[in-house]
Amino acid sequence: MTSNIILVILITSFATFLSRFLGVLSSENIKETSKIFRWFNCLAYSTLAALIARIVIFPSGLLSEVDYFVRIIVVILSIGLFFITKKNLVYPTIFSAIMLSLFNNYL
Amino acid sequence: MIDSKYFLKGFASIRGVRSPAIALGASFIAIGALLKNIGFTIQESIFSTFLTYALPGSLVMAESMIIGASLINIFIAVWLVNARLYPMTVSLMPLLMHKSQPKWKYYLSCHFIAVSSWLIMKDNYEQINKESRIDFWIGIGVATWSVAIFSTVIGYLASDFLNEDVLIGLAIINPIYFTCMMVGAMKTIKISLSIILGTILGPAFYFVSPEWCILFGGITAGTVAFLIGEINDK
Repeated sequence: MTSNIILVILITSFATFLSRFLGVLSSENIKETSKIFRWFNCLAYSTLAALIARIVIFPSGLLSEVDYFVRIIVVILSIGLFFITKKNLVYPTIFSAIMLSLFNNYL
Repeated sequence: MIDSKYFLKGFASIRGVRSPAIALGASFIAIGALLKNIGFTIQESIFSTFLTYALPGSLVMAESMIIGASLINIFIAVWLVNARLYPMTVSLMPLLMHKSQPKWKYYLSCHFIAVSSWLIMKDNYEQINKESRIDFWIGIGVATWSVAIFSTVIGYLASDFLNEDVLIGLAIINPIYFTCMMVGAMKTIKISLSIILGTILGPAFYFVSPEWCILFGGITAGTVAFLIGEINDK
């Protein structure tokens, strides 16, 4: 166990803020109509998608105890519900938690 | 200094059917409980969410501490998992920049960049005139950040009552929220391709390197989507 908690928090937040700060610094010279802006827009969506897919397919922590098949089914059903409810975000999120707990215990 | 009309309009984004509050709340309740379990005091937990406000980073921090990683290893692991914030910032801030606004607003409010606030801003910026976008953004940021800090406290205090079933349920809410927001954002060929390719390549690169898979997979997917999109637009 790493001991100095305050130091760990400071290092974690510094490592996080660094990317945000450098992002603003770079933004000062980037126009929203430029090619590089359009490229970064693609990169932002693709790294986000990569992150989320990683969390669902190769989770760490508690989610990894749920069967792979159950996780995928819950994701697909929730996306379905998102469209059925005309892009409401409250129903699919709550529904997903209930479904996952149920499937995990009874499947 | 900050136009309160736009600030409040941004702040109000945590209400309604597209609210991020449930997803943010669920995940930071889980973080609060996790931090308590690894020995943080309540002040340290609040301090952590207050300063970091990035979920994957806090998770990596907790995991690294459990295995006793060195400070430099914690730094590298957190930086890697949160490096996605760089392209997110670069693809957001130029939309908000206006010469009439002071620079400190941008350098301070970049702390609020996280997946949920970013997706909300991307969804709504066109409805706000450019000069006022930064104030609208600060409103969204303060609202989502407050929900995160408040939920960390709730999670910390309630950790004894949160059994494994509840925590597993909480853990899926955030990925589901993000997935739905992303599916909803697929309005152009470029963005749709970026999201689809990222979803495939992120996990695919996991077999090459679990640490670097988000960055490698994301950069490859985004670049391919950009090139195909540019050719298609001509």
